[in-house]
Amino acid sequence: MTTASNPEFEADCIRRILAGEKQLFHDLIRPSERAIYFLLLSLLRNEAEAEDAAQETAIKVYLNLAKFRGDSQFRTWVLSIARNEGLGRLRKQGSRREDSLDAEIDEGSGDYTPAILTSWREVPSEALERKELGGLLRKAIKGLPAIYRNVVLLRDIEEMDVRETAAALGITEGAVKVRLHRARALLQRELAPRLKGFAPQRKGLFGWGA
Amino acid sequence: MRIDCKHVWEHISAYIDGEVDAELRAEIDRHLETCEICSAVLDSTRNVVVLMADDRVFELPAGFSQRLHERLEKELELAGP
Repeated sequence: MTTASNPEFEADCIRRILAGEKQLFHDLIRPSERAIYFLLLSLLRNEAEAEDAAQETAIKVYLNLAKFRGDSQFRTWVLSIARNEGLGRLRKQGSRREDSLDAEIDEGSGDYTPAILTSWREVPSEALERKELGGLLRKAIKGLPAIYRNVVLLRDIEEMDVRETAAALGITEGAVKVRLHRARALLQRELAPRLKGFAPQRKGLFGWGA
Repeated sequence: MRIDCKHVWEHISAYIDGEVDAELRAEIDRHLETCEICSAVLDSTRNVVVLMADDRVFELPAGFSQRLHERLEKELELAGP
């Protein structure tokens, strides 16, 4: 689920917070909490670290609120602060370069052949009641290269549009589309063979009828 | 022109997002009518995309929001805007 941004509410809130109604900041930041946390989790790959970084981000947003110009969506601005927080921490950790959002990899390389199937029976979202399905999805996403994981997280999990994703990650819209395509192909290849077991079985059939 | 499977795979993500132009969409649709492999690849990819968007897959840690707002509260008391 994503919370649609409401620029009028945000602008009004910001004006009033800056005029002294500090408590309104809780309401202003609440719709962005999920995206902040999961962007940071994607970058830092550690829940406790991501949570601490999310708190730091929210505080930085508050302290810098007067600098928000309204020429981007508020959440986009917030996410760029989260991204800087995450990258700063990665730098301090001396993290491997390919784990950084700034990493440049050869976009043309890699094998993106999907898992070849001859039929597909849809796995309904009710199947998520089974814990292992969510676990499979999380594990597959976690296993993606960082630059793909970040894009999937914002586009497919937080359901942000291409433009906002590009702005939040500091990459072009074209790069968002290419990376999303690669990420989905990698996920399909990894997941499709495993997800088959979660599709409803046809009565009287064992195994996977054609 | 008849497009091949590889060509369809290259555009699957854009196809799912409704970002291919009408001509290419029509070509892909024609291909899908007769290619069960590409149909299954498309359906499974779309299924993965739908499942990922479900909030149950990625949940905030228990108490995350409460801890965040408690820390913010302390900060709001200290700092001026």
